Amino acid sequence: MTQSSLPFLTVIVLLPIIGGIVLAFLPVDRLAKYLGIALSTVSGILALIVMLLFKTGDAKYQFVTNHSWVSSLGIGWHFGVDGISLFLMEMVALIFPIILIATNDKSKNNTYSAWLLILEGACFGSFLSMDLFGFFLFFELTLIPAYFLIIGWGGKDRSRAALKFFLYTLFGSAFLFASMVILVVIHQNQTGVFTFDITKLVHTKLSYPTQVLLFLGFSAAFVVKTPIFPFHTWSPKAYSEAPTSGSISLASIMAKLGTYGLLRFDLNFFPQASYRLAPLLLTLGVIGIVYGAIVAAVQKDFKKLVAFSSLSHLGFVAIGIFAFSTIAMNGTILQMFNHGVLTAAMFLIIGMILDRTKTIDISKLSGLQKAAPVLSGAMIVVILASLGLPGTNGFIGEFLILSGAFIGHRWWAVVALTGVILSAVYLLWAYQRAFHKKAENSTSIIKDMTLKEKLYIAPLILLIFFIGFFPSTMLNKISPSVNSLIHHVRTANHLSSQTAFSSKPTDSTGYRTIQAVTGDKSGQKIVTAQVPTDRTNNSPYRSAVSVNKNTQIKTGNAK
Amino acid sequence: MKLVFLIPAFPLLGALSLIFFGRKLKEPLAGYIATAAVGLSFIFSVVVWIKFLGFSGNVFVDHLFVWINTGSFKVDAALRVDPLSLTMVLFVTGVSTLIHFYSVEYMHKDIDFPKFFLYLNLFVTSMIILVLGNNMLLTFVGWEGVGVCSYFLISFWHERPSAASAGKKAMIVNRIADVGFLLSMFLVIHYVHSLNYSAIFAAGPSLAKTTVDAIVLLAFVGAMGKSAQVPLYGWLADAMEGPTPVSALIHAATMVTAGVYLMVRLSPLLALSPDVAHIITIIGILTAFMAAMSATAQDDIKKVLAYSTVSQLGYMFVGVGTGAYAAAIFLMVTHAFYKALLFLSSGSVIHGMHDEQNLKKMGALKVVMPITAVAFFTGWMAIAGVPPFAGFWSKGDVLVGAFSESWLVWIIGLFTAGITSYYMGREYCLAFLGKARWISESSKGKKKSSKKEDHGHVVDPHEPSFKMMIPVVTLAILALVGGLLNLPFASSLKFLDKFLTPVIAASPSYFHPSAVNQIALGVLDAVFAIGGGLIAYFIWSKTYEKPALEFTLFKNAWYIDKTGDVAIARTSTKLAEVTDNVIEPKVIDGAVIGLSKLVLAVGILVRKMASGFVRREALVIAGGLVALIIIGGLRGGL
Repeated sequence: MTQSSLPFLTVIVLLPIIGGIVLAFLPVDRLAKYLGIALSTVSGILALIVMLLFKTGDAKYQFVTNHSWVSSLGIGWHFGVDGISLFLMEMVALIFPIILIATNDKSKNNTYSAWLLILEGACFGSFLSMDLFGFFLFFELTLIPAYFLIIGWGGKDRSRAALKFFLYTLFGSAFLFASMVILVVIHQNQTGVFTFDITKLVHTKLSYPTQVLLFLGFSAAFVVKTPIFPFHTWSPKAYSEAPTSGSISLASIMAKLGTYGLLRFDLNFFPQASYRLAPLLLTLGVIGIVYGAIVAAVQKDFKKLVAFSSLSHLGFVAIGIFAFSTIAMNGTILQMFNHGVLTAAMFLIIGMILDRTKTIDISKLSGLQKAAPVLSGAMIVVILASLGLPGTNGFIGEFLILSGAFIGHRWWAVVALTGVILSAVYLLWAYQRAFHKKAENSTSIIKDMTLKEKLYIAPLILLIFFIGFFPSTMLNKISPSVNSLIHHVRTANHLSSQTAFSSKPTDSTGYRTIQAVTGDKSGQKIVTAQVPTDRTNNSPYRSAVSVNKNTQIKTGNAK
Repeated sequence: MKLVFLIPAFPLLGALSLIFFGRKLKEPLAGYIATAAVGLSFIFSVVVWIKFLGFSGNVFVDHLFVWINTGSFKVDAALRVDPLSLTMVLFVTGVSTLIHFYSVEYMHKDIDFPKFFLYLNLFVTSMIILVLGNNMLLTFVGWEGVGVCSYFLISFWHERPSAASAGKKAMIVNRIADVGFLLSMFLVIHYVHSLNYSAIFAAGPSLAKTTVDAIVLLAFVGAMGKSAQVPLYGWLADAMEGPTPVSALIHAATMVTAGVYLMVRLSPLLALSPDVAHIITIIGILTAFMAAMSATAQDDIKKVLAYSTVSQLGYMFVGVGTGAYAAAIFLMVTHAFYKALLFLSSGSVIHGMHDEQNLKKMGALKVVMPITAVAFFTGWMAIAGVPPFAGFWSKGDVLVGAFSESWLVWIIGLFTAGITSYYMGREYCLAFLGKARWISESSKGKKKSSKKEDHGHVVDPHEPSFKMMIPVVTLAILALVGGLLNLPFASSLKFLDKFLTPVIAASPSYFHPSAVNQIALGVLDAVFAIGGGLIAYFIWSKTYEKPALEFTLFKNAWYIDKTGDVAIARTSTKLAEVTDNVIEPKVIDGAVIGLSKLVLAVGILVRKMASGFVRREALVIAGGLVALIIIGGLRGGL
């Protein structure tokens, strides 16, 4: 199938938005409910098809649609997907149908579903837009449905929480808007073309001071949205006051708009500023990891705990972005997806607890494991994945980020490792308080997960293990784009790609692979070992590979 | 040998079937399925071992699939079959099978019966991955897998707060140590670019010495957590909150030896780093001594065994540190036999005593539980190192290593061996000899009527069922004859040494004492073992209260854990609370609020915006944006 035959991305973006508007004016609640699920599922399936058709091993944008939109201002209807945005799109495609299925038995269902659908479309648009202005529009549009979700269906103190969230993020966006315009104007001065096309703006030549200023301007919006320490103070309140759907949208989806922005725009447009200011962001990331974990430990409100835990986990993502190592950045992209899955699962389960016990105060819960074993089982899986247990998705992301960061930015990685300990402390402690012990009156009679709940939580749980064991299926699609982005940053800073073990498979240098084909009766098997070329025979130990007289030896270079 | 993947596959299948059908299978079928899964795994381990004996190479690697691939960095899911991993997998699956079988009866009537076996099977799967992994990362998968299963199983009776806390503590202490393991891997990735063991060993000699030191030392930090070395040993005593078969399997025979395995696995690197080897020896002998002393003053039948395990692990690390790698593995295998035996027999005692674990409330059980008493006695002899029981040979090998390294280490080791015999003797005497303290404990009169019911509430010690005896007796036989694996009389009798030689670093040359020395050392070992035991017998078979010999310092295990608890846990909780109550709202959010007030100096405006304004404006903005997007989309895209 060729890319021009069907404007996949346009449909993926527009379908939920138009559907949302239609839904808003539907008089029938029940119809709105099912239509909402159907529309988001269709978008999701289209996104899935895009992933299946996505060419592995290609660093460039695929499925590109480009038309002029507001031609006088150089704004284009320009969408495309590459290895960096692919799985963020999939994350949106996966999680919104689940949110709609899980939470759409609210009052005023038509407007509820409508806001969620518009939010979905806006998120798709932000991740897929190849036009800076288009990105900005979608990026700002996400704010509004999120605001109304909190206002309309949130907790007691919802209006203050929503206001703080709204103003805080709007404040950041003001800087983004100004910087964006400056960038475009500079580009026009250099080339005579007024355009918001990202692929063209990348070539803008900027002096270092300008880069720094614009970098800070762009970042202002992104660090607030993510949030990155110390710009997180809107999030605990907003997460805890928002309804389950709002918390999920904010934490698992919209948070990634921030980290995606840092990756896509800061690194591409301002590679030198990004590289030189990296220590600042790395430090904020590391502080966020430790600080978030410490504060999370003493939270009583389960949702606030997730808010601080998110702050901590997104610190890892920030480190992965600004370590400029291919290993770490692959891990970061994966971890953005993982965090989406895990946070969504966490909030869904918290939502189930809230439905049953009417409280998410950890100190008031107890003995849930006895009362609801399946729910507890799901919870412990999610907890173990978020504390990075090998075999789950959380481990792969964290491990890649930290091992990559360790190579070039050793001490940040070492401090960040304390997050590995602290996350075990606060998560297991919370689990113990709420799920262990004897069940007390109010929580002892709760129902276990219903079939519907099992069905919508199942894909998330399966993904946790699937990615834990087969991350290569995703990394294969991610890594070409990541490698080319790292290459971009490194060349802009006149660094060779070799220095930090970044883009070339260095294990071929200086090593020789010895393959011993052994004549076992059940079939031949190749025993492979890598040996430094000059030390094949005189190693002082015998373990690496012993070859005796019956074996044939083939030597050759490693792949 | 392509069948090697079946070794972890069977218990994994067992675990999966228990996840989905566990609650339908119920008792005892769920238990038997789990046992069969591990049994098959053992059978295939034997099959692979036999095939391996006819194999011409020393290492066979079975690549399953590419696990992680970022273009520049690749990790395979591959299983490594070599003498070391085979030795490990054989005794792990073998002992696991016996303990699974024992548990079917032991966990009888537990409401979470299927879940217990689910965790056990998962544990065995992880343990197999740990030892068969062809690279450090896969070993780490198993490493964390056994850790989390240990967490589940320690807090298995989670309604008891102490059990829940003990599980959490085990997990967190291990996490702290795991940071060492992770850093070690990061260094390897940085300098070797591959986590494959073969690549690491090949690159070892060309690495800077400090790098090798750091890699090995950090890996040892990980090992210290998992194998409960000083100062990270408190969690293992608390881990006794778990059901007794769990203590036998995880916290004695298999998981806690993973640290020793890791260091032996890395022995080609360790051999390049004598400084770190010295550190390992010191930590090992210190642990062996301190834990043995702690064991002398415990009243809980399982806690004695727990500290004993810590002490034995210390011995294993002495073996590792002194380059006596094969001896360490030999001790590990025999220890698995006799410590599993001791735990299972004490499980029988606890079962028979209706969950009474206090030694001071036992006594004279030999009369009612003669077979268990003999089994426990065998365990005592074996762990003490009385010839010809297994422990004599294996601990003897380790002490020979210590002797070659340093006089001081050897003397402490020898003395500790005497202590070992003493505390086990104390335990044996308190439980099985002397006067029955449980008669007076049970309410009089009811005692006779209760004999009709097996599971009355009155203490009525009895031998366990025949099914529970089978694994106990098997282990007792193994504890008796385990020494045959590696007899020192002739090099042709050192089966284990010979088998392991190709994959572990060669022991230093001085580790070959003369025949006279060897015999003298052996005799000394035996004297200390028998002497310690006799002292225990003469003291503890007559009395059960002797506070003069039960020091508070030892009872509290040198206060290391308590100090850590106060110094770290309490203060950090305080710190976290202060951060949450003061720094977060006042400092960080305070700055934000202050800034916003500064920027929006016209505060009244904010108030107005708060209610109506924002909502209305937001709707207008939303409408405008949406309209713009749709127009754009229609003009361009569709």
